[in-house]
Amino acid sequence: MLCEECGKNQSTVHLTKIINGKVNKVHLCEECAKKHKTLDFDSTFSIHDFFAGLLDNTDDSTLSLGQSAKIQCDNCGMTYSKFRQSGRLGCNECYNSFKDKLIPLFKRIHGHDNHTGKVPKRAGGIIRIKKDIEDLRKNLSIAVREEEFEEAARLRDKIKDLEKEIEMK
Amino acid sequence: MAKWLKGKGPDSDIVISSRVRLARNLENTSFSQRMNDEEANVVKQQVKDAILNGNSVISKDFNYFNIENIDLLNRRILVEKHIISPGLLEKPDKSAFLISKDEKVTVMMNEEDHVRIQVLNPGLSLEESWDLCSKIDDLLDENLKYAFDDKFGYITACPTNVGTGLRASVMLHLPALVLTNYINKILQAVSQIGLTVRGLYGEGTDVMGNLFQISNQTTLGKTEEEIIEKLKNIVMQIIDKERASRESLFNNQGIRIEDKIYRSLGILRNSRIITSKEAMDLLSFVRMGIDMGIIKDVNIDVVNNLMITTQPANIQKYAKSELSSQERDVKRAELIREKL
Repeated sequence: MLCEECGKNQSTVHLTKIINGKVNKVHLCEECAKKHKTLDFDSTFSIHDFFAGLLDNTDDSTLSLGQSAKIQCDNCGMTYSKFRQSGRLGCNECYNSFKDKLIPLFKRIHGHDNHTGKVPKRAGGIIRIKKDIEDLRKNLSIAVREEEFEEAARLRDKIKDLEKEIEMK
Repeated sequence: MAKWLKGKGPDSDIVISSRVRLARNLENTSFSQRMNDEEANVVKQQVKDAILNGNSVISKDFNYFNIENIDLLNRRILVEKHIISPGLLEKPDKSAFLISKDEKVTVMMNEEDHVRIQVLNPGLSLEESWDLCSKIDDLLDENLKYAFDDKFGYITACPTNVGTGLRASVMLHLPALVLTNYINKILQAVSQIGLTVRGLYGEGTDVMGNLFQISNQTTLGKTEEEIIEKLKNIVMQIIDKERASRESLFNNQGIRIEDKIYRSLGILRNSRIITSKEAMDLLSFVRMGIDMGIIKDVNIDVVNNLMITTQPANIQKYAKSELSSQERDVKRAELIREKL
């Protein structure tokens, strides 16, 4: 097959583009393919390129763009503006440093901002204890409201024990 | 040849392979993109020790390789066999991998994330792959401190992987859906329900040989089982559609399809110059011919293997020398004539 662009050379570059499910095929020779910006294989379009757009929309109004770009992770020195460029975070602490920015981003990407799947064994224990403490606190406030002070004291001690357990881990 | 491809998996007439991968990072260590040599070595050593020195039965089954000790051609061959990802080759001095003897399990170190566990199986076997992947993950979890957040789950370098860190994908061979043009509708529907379609070698690669890789797009907010269940459910529906399309093609245009299949086999058996793209497309029709019982004298394993061994780096290994693109096309034709 001859090149669709120059019609002279044999086509060696065959590109199949799928945009919104529409398949589009292009056949070019190597010379013509090089001229095409969209065929530049080194700069393949990826999800990271969407980030800038997604993040700009999530900027809250209290911070100007200039200020928010200066937010930095204390642990690794990653800046928010650099994250916006690269789409990659620097270390696990970045998730805390940029938390306010990441939550809306996660909602946009995943439709959720809470993990519900597998949990590491080590963290598993702590998470379970934290959930238990939450439940006990709820019961405690009920007990106080109902003026069941003996029960309230028992719950308070239990919460203290569990909190100590977390500290030890 | 690719060892992991050996053996017949479920629905292997349409599903080439199932892949499950988990992304993990270690606590208090810069992510791969920003780490120094010392941090990279610590990650490599810890992961290596966790697998090889563990008391687990698994440990005897693995071998360890540093990327920098593998020559350029063999690195590309590993990618073409889907054993490692292209991303692992970006920082060769920092990256390494562990591989099981049957080549089904790879643990990559310092790719985009510190740890990437991959399990590959032939045919449709997502649950089985997830089970094994999760077991390797447990083994590493016992020996390493994973970066994990109560709210966000497993922490990853890229926000698109956070939460479960799970990417499950299935490689589908869909020639009849392509021939009937039904594929567009399916791809459109698939992308609307949170799944992605990619080419043969993942993100940004071309669709060749009617092979489509379908995977989950989101990783946060659903359990691993839910993600896999959903993908499997959609894949089963696509399999049904492909089978129905093959049947209707055969019933309505039998002689034309037979002609297309035999012509493909004829070109493959006789050509002297063939590009990778042409070879893949023709092999695709031969594969369909075998699946439909039209071609009887060709083994499906031969075709499956040619789909990998006719790729550029594998051809050069076959020729035992560096080849220009034109020289590769000649060698490729030679290899196909020899095998078919």
